[in-house]
Amino acid sequence: MTEETRKQRLERPLSPYMIGSYYKPQLSSMLSIAHRASGVFLSIFGATLMVYWLVALSQGPVAYHEALMLLSAWPAKVLLGLLCFAIYYHSLNGIRHLIWDTGRMLEIKQANLAAIIVLIASSTAAIVTVLIVGGWL
Amino acid sequence: MNMRNPLANARGHGSAKSGTEHWWGQRVSALLMIPLIIWMLYTIIAIIGQPYQVVQVYFSQWINSVLAIALVLAMFRHIQLGLQVVIEDYVHSQPLETILQLLVKLFALAGTITALLAIIRLALQG
Ligand code: HEM
Repeated sequence: MTEETRKQRLERPLSPYMIGSYYKPQLSSMLSIAHRASGVFLSIFGATLMVYWLVALSQGPVAYHEALMLLSAWPAKVLLGLLCFAIYYHSLNGIRHLIWDTGRMLEIKQANLAAIIVLIASSTAAIVTVLIVGGWL
Repeated sequence: MNMRNPLANARGHGSAKSGTEHWWGQRVSALLMIPLIIWMLYTIIAIIGQPYQVVQVYFSQWINSVLAIALVLAMFRHIQLGLQVVIEDYVHSQPLETILQLLVKLFALAGTITALLAIIRLALQG
């Protein structure tokens, strides 16, 4: 690297990290990072589990029951519960993103209202789903 | 002031001239998934606790095979585009970045093929 490029690099403006001491934690930035985290979480665990389940089902009753046994162990249940919340949250918040992309709901008040709706709706839906699937409802 | 690394200029990175397609791909796959995820949630609630036979018959029906294939295609495309951006944002050292980008492509491809094969096998059992 030449001295010139090194100097240029040092002069580059850096955008401050949203999470950290530069910005006060805000609803919008927290939900934004949660959208990313839930997307990565769903990609790694949700998609893999879905493929695993489909393959087991396609292999017949024995393989399918083995898979169900594995998925009903308590660590798997915790994972499935978290995935359940993640998919509701990411999908609903994803719709919020798509609405922004059309240029709507960008005012802070509207964005925050939609954020609160997304949080309440995804938590409620996740709890109701877990209750239905668990046989309590 | 030119703020770009000369090497990046030489390689043509920085602007890879594919940003718009990527952006649209992420949005189109997201839009497609809205009805498909609703179908998936309905499916989970409908088949949970049901005996194998019932689940197998469900997945041998035309409409369900078609929807399952559409979901797998949209989801893995969305995953590949999504994880690509996350890696671009956080991983700046080579060769790690290239390796991770290739792993993401491999993951999406392997997941798509495996899931489609399972869905087709189920469809043919009907
Ligand atoms: C109806 C369902 C869904 C909708 C509406 C949706 C919407 C979106 C949108 C709009 C983005 C772009 C966000 C941005 O530009 O900052 C995004 C990113 C992403 N999504 Fe989804 N998504 C859905 C389902 C899923 C599923 C099922 C997965 C994984 C299995 C997933 C994984 C990801 C990942 C990894 C990203 C990248 C995160 C980032 O760049 O911050 N999404 N989603």
